[in-house]
Amino acid sequence: MTENNVILHVEGLKKHFPIMRGLFIKRAVGHVQAVDGISFDVYRGETLGLVGESGCGKSTTGRVILQLYRPTAGKVIFDGKDLTELKGEELRRLRPRLQMIFQDPYASLNPRMTVGELISEPMIIHTNKTRAERNDRVKELLELVGLNPKFDRRYPHEFSGGQRQRIGVARAMSLNPEFLVCDEPISALDVSVQAQVVNLLEELQEQLGLTYLFIAHDLSMVRHISTRVAVMYLGKLMEMANREELYESPLHPYTQALLSAVPVPDPVVEEQRKRIILEGDVPSPVNPPPGCVFNTRCPLAVDVCYKEIPEWREIRPKHLVACHRVEA
Amino acid sequence: MAPKVLEVNDLVTRFYTPEGVVHAVNGVSFHLDEGETLGIVGESGCGKSVTMLSILRLIPEPPGKIERGEAVFMGRDLLKLSREELRFVRGAQIAMIFQDPMTSLNPVITIGKQVAEQVLEHLGMTEAQARERTIELLSTVGIPNAADRLGDFPHQFSGGMRQRVMIAMALSCSPQILIADEPTTALDVTIQAQIIDLIKELRDRLGMAIIWITHDLGIIAGLAERVVVMYAGFIVEHAAVKELYANPRHPYTIGLLGSLPRVDGRHARRLANIVGRPPDLLQEARFCPFAPRCASVIEHCWEENPLLRLVGTDHQIACWVDVEKAVKEVAR
Repeated sequence: MTENNVILHVEGLKKHFPIMRGLFIKRAVGHVQAVDGISFDVYRGETLGLVGESGCGKSTTGRVILQLYRPTAGKVIFDGKDLTELKGEELRRLRPRLQMIFQDPYASLNPRMTVGELISEPMIIHTNKTRAERNDRVKELLELVGLNPKFDRRYPHEFSGGQRQRIGVARAMSLNPEFLVCDEPISALDVSVQAQVVNLLEELQEQLGLTYLFIAHDLSMVRHISTRVAVMYLGKLMEMANREELYESPLHPYTQALLSAVPVPDPVVEEQRKRIILEGDVPSPVNPPPGCVFNTRCPLAVDVCYKEIPEWREIRPKHLVACHRVEA
Repeated sequence: MAPKVLEVNDLVTRFYTPEGVVHAVNGVSFHLDEGETLGIVGESGCGKSVTMLSILRLIPEPPGKIERGEAVFMGRDLLKLSREELRFVRGAQIAMIFQDPMTSLNPVITIGKQVAEQVLEHLGMTEAQARERTIELLSTVGIPNAADRLGDFPHQFSGGMRQRVMIAMALSCSPQILIADEPTTALDVTIQAQIIDLIKELRDRLGMAIIWITHDLGIIAGLAERVVVMYAGFIVEHAAVKELYANPRHPYTIGLLGSLPRVDGRHARRLANIVGRPPDLLQEARFCPFAPRCASVIEHCWEENPLLRLVGTDHQIACWVDVEKAVKEVAR
């Protein structure tokens, strides 16, 4: 993959949510630094896995990229245009090209709309298709995601979790997007159903050349589906590399601990694996520690880690890391 | 062989709901040896939690009803004990920890009080002794400055810390059996590793037996000695842990293992998937409950529900396809 194939360029992206206090006169008494200055590229046709534990800012990152939240600072350049500077009609015209698949297939579908209505809604807003054309497209999409096209008159409650997630995928696909943010699309599903949805996402990518930002906390699934992987912690990127390189030779102590903590479904392997147990919990994003944000739990932390914020640097070709202790 | 601490035979639990009878647990039998860890694996609704709740008679009656079966613990059938007798078993001899540490703790009572409650109730300690014991327990489960945190409320603890408090409560009376119902599902992976590490260490130190309920075949691989796989309220496979992962025999177990990606990357490029979804438990199973989703289904599967049968040392499965194979081999 070459540089000119960048579909999305994110630079210095920040999202701070104010914490408001006061009954009549609201004042910001602090900020949740959900995303705090992250930069990365996404290449056309790839799947970039974004992993991290709860509260690390991975979902906020996805939402800020799609301008569902407006960023506090930074740029999101999609196909040459900075989304953060676009407003109203200009932004609306770009929206069909960037879509989202949500985590909760129960909460993200309006229970009062039929499947047909749910899937055609984006087309009513963004296209000039006639009702008949839309209905044809709905049937085509249902087929595409592996549901019976005759189900278009049914309501979401008539479907199981996995089927609902397929409806969510069909809705996101209805405008032929190029770039999809998949925000934990499988974590609400049972194991055997997760594989169905992941296989569907992979098939669609192969057929249609889609680009995914796949946000998840399941490191095994991310390894399976991603081309490259980025690891987030407390609003910052810790490490990013090609999938094999990240999983086989992680450099950042957080990535190392995170990967070692994931159980492997194989008792023979489990017997021999060494686990790095991190102490304590993730600090509050309202008041992140000075220096490297990982310093409170890092087994390798030295003086400089408490004073200076580590630089986000390319340590090997295409392998970026933010850590004082990693040497080139 | 270690003596059995718990033996469950032919347990049947149903729920009588307005929509019909839910056949949650359909004749489950298994045992637990002293000091061993047994994993119970299955997807949501497979009856793994209801089985455990039935053993401790914690299911709400009505709508739930334990129809038949026995659960023998130290020579006594738990299902026949009086409420009063049962109270001495629950919490003291058999303890349980749950998935969600937030809803399992009372939000308006301090941590110190909630942990002390158990020792006061079961061990007849004085307030001062109970306080000492509480501090000791909280330190054992790795809560720093335990003495200073007795007055804290659950919301002042993080998810991992709350689960530690639950473990402290479970261990307070040195139980013989600890039942852990998905205790790490709500936690992040680094915190999950901390909790599993803690439970393993406590198990080895205190010598208690553990029943670990989970949907995560990864956790079980590193933790359990034997594994029971449940589907639609039935045990479909039961084997020693290494045997199960190296040589799964039931099509459901095979499918489940195949649908799991692995963090060490040793798996197929394409995930195997099990088509469809688990059956409706409102129907009583007249044939193999996995038949509608099974890739290798044969005619017999639609006629009769297979029983568990021994297929190797410490390895049982309930599957007609496997029977067919065995018959063919014998014929040859």
